[in-house]
Amino acid sequence: MASDPAGDEGGGCRLRSICGGCDSDPDVVLRRLDTNTSAPTAPQSALPSPSSSSFPNQQEPRLLFLSPNPSKQQARKSRKPRDQPPALAESPPFLGPGMASNVAVTGNAGSGADGDAPRRNRPKYSKFTQQELPACKPILTPKWVVSVFFLVGVIFVPVGVVSLLAARDVVEIIDRYDHACVPPNMTDNKLGYIRNQTISKDCTRTLRVKKDMKQPIFVYYQLDNFYQNHRRYVKSRNDAQLRDYKKANQTTSCEPERFTADGKPIVPCGLIAWSLFNDTYSFTRSNENLTVDKKDISWKSDREHKFAKNVYPSNFQNGALIGGKMLNASIPLSEQEDLIVWMRTAALPTFRKLYGRISVDLKVNDTIIVKLSNNYNTYSFGGKKKLVLSTATWLGGKNEFLGFAYLIVGGLCIFLAFAFTLLYVIKPRKLGDHNYLSWNRHPSGR
Amino acid sequence: MGGDAQGGRGSRRRKRKMIMSKLYTYAACARRPSAVDDEGSRIGGPGFSRVVHTNDPAAAAAAAAAGYYRSNKISTTKYSAVTFLPKSLFEQFRRVANIYFLITALLSYSPIAPFRGSTAVAPLVLVLVATMVKEAIEDWRRKQQDIEVNNRKAKVFQDGAFTQTKWTKLRVGDVVKVEKDEFFPADLVLLSSSYDDAICYVETMNLDGETNLKLKQALGVTSHLQDDESFAGFGAVIKCEDPNAQLYSFVGNIEIEDQQYPLSPTQLLLRDSKLRNTEYVYGAVVFTGHDTKVMQNATSVPSKRSKIEKKMDGAIYLLLSSLVLISVIGSVFFGIATKDDLRDDGRVMKRWYLRPDDTTVVFDPKRAATSAVLHLFTAMILYGYFIPISLYISIELVKLLQAMFINSDIHMYHEESDTPARARTSNLNEELGQVHTILTDKTGTLTCNSMEFIKCSIAGTAYGRGITEVERAMAKKKGSPLIADMEIAVDQPAGRSVVKGFNFADERVMDGEWVNQESSGVIEMFFRLLAVCHTCIPEVDEVSGKVSYEAESPDEAAFVVAARELGFTFYQRTQAGVSLHELDPLSGQQVDRFYKVLHVLEFNSTRKRMSVIVKDEEGKTFLFSKGADSIMFERLSSSESSYRESTQKHINEYADAGLRTLVLAYRQLDDAEYAKFDKKFTAAKNSVSADRDELIEEAADSLERGLILLGATAVEDKLQKGVPECIDKLAQAGIKIWVLTGDKMETAINIGYACSLLRQGMKQITITLDTPDIIALEKGGDRAAITKASKDSVVQQINEGKQLINESASESFALIVDGKSLTHALKDDTKGMFLDLAIGCNSVICCRSSPKQKALVTRLVKAGTHKVTLAIGDGANDVGMIQEADIGVGISGAEGMQAVMASDVSIAQFRFLERLLLVHGHWCYSRISSMVCFFFYKNIAFGVTLFLYECYTSFSGQTFYNDWSMSLYNVLFTSLPVIAMGVFDQDVSARFCLKYPMLYQEGPQNLLFRWSRLLGWMLHGVGSAVIIFFLTIASLKYQAFRSNGQVIDLSTLGATAYTCIVWAVNMQMAITVNYFTLIQHICIWAGIFLWYVFLLAYGAITPSFSTTFFMVFSEALGGAPSYWVVTLLVSVAALIPYFTLSVVKTWFFPTYHNKIQWLQHVAKDDDPEAELGMILRQFSVRSTSVGISARRDAKLVRVSSKGLPC
Repeated sequence: MASDPAGDEGGGCRLRSICGGCDSDPDVVLRRLDTNTSAPTAPQSALPSPSSSSFPNQQEPRLLFLSPNPSKQQARKSRKPRDQPPALAESPPFLGPGMASNVAVTGNAGSGADGDAPRRNRPKYSKFTQQELPACKPILTPKWVVSVFFLVGVIFVPVGVVSLLAARDVVEIIDRYDHACVPPNMTDNKLGYIRNQTISKDCTRTLRVKKDMKQPIFVYYQLDNFYQNHRRYVKSRNDAQLRDYKKANQTTSCEPERFTADGKPIVPCGLIAWSLFNDTYSFTRSNENLTVDKKDISWKSDREHKFAKNVYPSNFQNGALIGGKMLNASIPLSEQEDLIVWMRTAALPTFRKLYGRISVDLKVNDTIIVKLSNNYNTYSFGGKKKLVLSTATWLGGKNEFLGFAYLIVGGLCIFLAFAFTLLYVIKPRKLGDHNYLSWNRHPSGR
Repeated sequence: MGGDAQGGRGSRRRKRKMIMSKLYTYAACARRPSAVDDEGSRIGGPGFSRVVHTNDPAAAAAAAAAGYYRSNKISTTKYSAVTFLPKSLFEQFRRVANIYFLITALLSYSPIAPFRGSTAVAPLVLVLVATMVKEAIEDWRRKQQDIEVNNRKAKVFQDGAFTQTKWTKLRVGDVVKVEKDEFFPADLVLLSSSYDDAICYVETMNLDGETNLKLKQALGVTSHLQDDESFAGFGAVIKCEDPNAQLYSFVGNIEIEDQQYPLSPTQLLLRDSKLRNTEYVYGAVVFTGHDTKVMQNATSVPSKRSKIEKKMDGAIYLLLSSLVLISVIGSVFFGIATKDDLRDDGRVMKRWYLRPDDTTVVFDPKRAATSAVLHLFTAMILYGYFIPISLYISIELVKLLQAMFINSDIHMYHEESDTPARARTSNLNEELGQVHTILTDKTGTLTCNSMEFIKCSIAGTAYGRGITEVERAMAKKKGSPLIADMEIAVDQPAGRSVVKGFNFADERVMDGEWVNQESSGVIEMFFRLLAVCHTCIPEVDEVSGKVSYEAESPDEAAFVVAARELGFTFYQRTQAGVSLHELDPLSGQQVDRFYKVLHVLEFNSTRKRMSVIVKDEEGKTFLFSKGADSIMFERLSSSESSYRESTQKHINEYADAGLRTLVLAYRQLDDAEYAKFDKKFTAAKNSVSADRDELIEEAADSLERGLILLGATAVEDKLQKGVPECIDKLAQAGIKIWVLTGDKMETAINIGYACSLLRQGMKQITITLDTPDIIALEKGGDRAAITKASKDSVVQQINEGKQLINESASESFALIVDGKSLTHALKDDTKGMFLDLAIGCNSVICCRSSPKQKALVTRLVKAGTHKVTLAIGDGANDVGMIQEADIGVGISGAEGMQAVMASDVSIAQFRFLERLLLVHGHWCYSRISSMVCFFFYKNIAFGVTLFLYECYTSFSGQTFYNDWSMSLYNVLFTSLPVIAMGVFDQDVSARFCLKYPMLYQEGPQNLLFRWSRLLGWMLHGVGSAVIIFFLTIASLKYQAFRSNGQVIDLSTLGATAYTCIVWAVNMQMAITVNYFTLIQHICIWAGIFLWYVFLLAYGAITPSFSTTFFMVFSEALGGAPSYWVVTLLVSVAALIPYFTLSVVKTWFFPTYHNKIQWLQHVAKDDDPEAELGMILRQFSVRSTSVGISARRDAKLVRVSSKGLPC
């Protein structure tokens, strides 16, 4: 034990040997032993001096010797005494094995007599209470630092490449139509155009497929500068009402779209539902109708738990101000998927929402005619409207940022790994050099 | 009288009474201060209005009913059942953060709240309740101790007999009987005692820390009340001063049968002192409970707050103001955006979907300014996440656990007294790591308060192989095996039992061997002197025949014991003289000798010597004298000098070894000379003139001349084990140590030497008023003149001292101040310069200081240096300073619990201070600092993402995350690892903490909680938030994030960002922590794991509660690879800056603990410690100038400068 194969604490412990076998503090071993003291009472000189009774004030017991377990003594002897923590090295190291006892022989009458007096207040020894749990003490050694950076780099670069490839696989057609669909004579008064009910909002757009697109092809509309995440907007709904037909009257927090002018509760109430997007699209490819599948475009949990099958729209969009799309009052909310999608408020002012799915492969150079009705007013707040056709991979839609970010971070790590290696080679630091133990760097001594 | 029941013991007792009477007649305590008379006239006036009807139950009951006097019940608790709720709540809301959260919680039920009210209230309630529970538990413990004290039993005279009553039931006016070794239950006026002359002995250890017995004497008029029955018809009225805190003054009179007799402190028995050597006393209760002088001295328990916590408050103010700042910015933008929504007088709506035409004031474009102001509140509620609400409670929890570790440290457990360390108030743990000055009591703290005769020098030969603590410590440092071997020889004498007060071993003189020594005649005289020249009283154990002694001071006892052990047993003292068993050198037999004591020339601080004049059986008259070397050497006869020099050399050696030395000398008087002296002395004693003392002095002085030197004694005021080493370590750690003691200056200086606070070569600056001119003035009695002269003298001495320091910068200085000077030095106009002087000195010793002065000095240091002070003491006299200091440490295990009760930490021995400060203190400090920094980091990282998101919602106050998930951020997902770090982290192992004491300086210099570090962490928080937020939103923008086309929305993006934060913060913890145990693993992984559990569990419950997070993980995120890929990217990216920076820092700009960590990492056991120690000392802040190491270094310098090999 005394030879202490594990070496000094921390000595054998690097971070790589992750936290387990690093208990190598020799004192721990020693202490564990001395708690098991059950040595018999010392045979010699245990009698208190009779004269001690003349000093009733002097409670401090006169120690003849205080000796821990002999094995500890032995162990200590073979270690260099100066390495002991001073609090431990309190017993004079003269007792040989066999003579030892853990009884403090005191001059106090009484405690000497009953020998191994119970130590009621002695703290229990455990590695936990003595704060000696086996632990790893991570140190930023050059080897360690370089390998961590290198490892991160090695992992990140491939992930980045894969992500980038996935994003490149996605084919995306984006068509901004809010501008183009305004009749040329109304470009100066777009607001007048969109507000004027008498003007036909129909519009035709031609899209060219640049690359083969495998089905399913997702149809999105994208709005810009639309604050679906505005607090007033987000709050303006009542989930209970949507979920339970009995709670149709519950319109709290739906202001200002709670009641109709004659005081009837609106279902679904609130600004979100009221401002439902109402542009529509239909697609044809060389006279072939491409059906847009609008089923299952919303989250299943929404359909099943948030929008009930037996709640029907009522009093919806019959006020003075019509916000957006009308709802068919005979279809339950759970089937009004456009509404459900819309009601999942977007996080950012630029967002896409799923419009439907086209289950036909599109070939390169196909021309797609989009017939749309441009009803939704984005002109008053200067928002853009875009129609997006996109495929998706395992990683989702087209966004090369993730891949590039991985490559950059990975590259940076590899660079740092080299940089630190270089630094270490050029300016090696002698570890544990005592000359580094200087306080002079902090002259603020007082 | 003694009573028939005492029977056979009566005669012996009577003898002792007589002896005691004989002794106290020349003891100074019987003298009454002349000031009493003029004070007596003030009785009945303001401040002296107390009227006590003694032994009058009716009056006592009436007074109690009228609430005139306080009951004898004491309470040291902070709260009572009634005041607990308001008072503890008040304490809670003294913290700005809590007030802030209260306002937030109240506002969160209004429409301006960004989230549900309950989510804001719940954390606050949790935090408040947890804190209050902790307070309640702590106060309960205090109450338990009070109950124990209050329920002690006392004997009270009721209905013609003394009956056992609880202390609480005691009323003013009751007559109580206190028996030997009992505590006085209240302040009593002594009526009578078991002695005929109504004296009693009192131990005031709990009050002033002095263990020597004090003599009290009742008035003659009541001294006849010697048995229980005599109180039946007794009645008296005591008029006295009102309760006050002055322990040593009492003004009053007692009226018995229409006769008034003045009372003085001599009649007052103070609560918490103890009756000794007296069978029983009767006393009348005058002050009870909190009116007693002890309790009056105990100032109310101040609630101490640590420096870190104060600074933390500063940081919270900073956060609050930055919070307000960003709120204002947000509000301005919000106001602009809102105003813009309605144009052309409301005809055109910009963001029509928000219906700006039909809105409440919160979003009203027409009243955009008001809306903006309201939004300010919204923002401040929202950004409340900047302020770590759980910080305080987490810190308290952590400190509680840290305290538990302190309590259970087996290295701070004292085996002999079975006492472990106790951290009593846990909120100062980290302050233990920042101590700048330690103010320590001496008696019972540094020393065990026992004297041991250890060496002597007789006729120029040094005897005694005992080794003092100091020598041992120095030897250990040097690694000399010689001393260790010698120690064995001494500590293990074959078959010899250990004798208290005697640690002398030398085969040349022990066991009668001295007769064979060359100068046996001198040795015989030496021992005889020890056995005769004292004022001790022997007590012969009738069974064993062993003699033990009762002495005024432990030193005296040590001498008599030494004489006994060396064959000169003093066994009897009578009125006439002393009887000895002596070893006759000629016959080698024990013979009994009687010495007639003719006169005792008592010891006092000016004379610094004590003499007795005895006549032996042959009719020869001797003057035996012992005293301080400075005094004695000049009184030796000039002709006799054969071993004077060697004795002087020995004395110096002894002093250097930390021993108290006395020089012994004698002289034979011829009859004529004695007769002349006797006449002169008796006349002086009997004179009534003002210069009586002077006459006595003069008479004695004339006789104590031309003495023949015998030798010198060396007594060790036994230091507690390990004190010198501990002081050395503390000094190496850069902590200053001041000794504040009630002891005499000589004693204090001796102890200063013993524990290496003083050493030869150190310049001593002594400030004292024991100068001839002041003494002369004092005799004059003009108070104003005395005060003025004293003050001038003190100021002058201070200035001289300062000048001395300024002149020589290289030397080290010690400042020694006595109590009287201290009174003047602590005056408002002088204390500044006094402190300057004291700071310039390497060690400071204040002697003869009263409890109040100790507290004042502590306050001065605390206020003057703005550094952390630690006061350590064991007696009630230290309570003041313990409470005044930033940290009070009580020495437990000894008698009396006052110091411990008032302390913040109690330890059994002074030496445990080393581990307490260097290990636990440093750990706690470094842990708490890291923990607080980390708290700020994690909350800022979280709060800033909220703000950044606001930029994308036109600052409308929409939260990025689900509200319940936000309120659990601090509670569930990130707090565990931080708490684990606060409890378990170890920057450097305990062994290395002790090995490199300088590491401790990180605390006093406050390197780990500097503003730069704190701000650095805050900045890191901002950086992390920026990385997390922008990487997340850029990666998940608006495209589909799943293969089936769904796009990200508010709830999913929020959940993803939240995931990234939880990962980043917990991983940050993983790379911050220094000591990675299993617990750390569990806590870190638990934080992350809990987040996923929360996502699943919260997402699974009804959407009416979980709202946006309904099935967010199970349906949307869990199955999306992009979610996981983003998580990995963001959490790693958020860590890279910190990691890189800390690599650069530890490689090129390492802090002190970094360096030691390196050392620890590569440490080999064959490190040459000595070399290391030298290097370390060279680099220490200031070279240590106190402690063994310094002493050894100084010695090395001295030796090498003489050109001797060392």
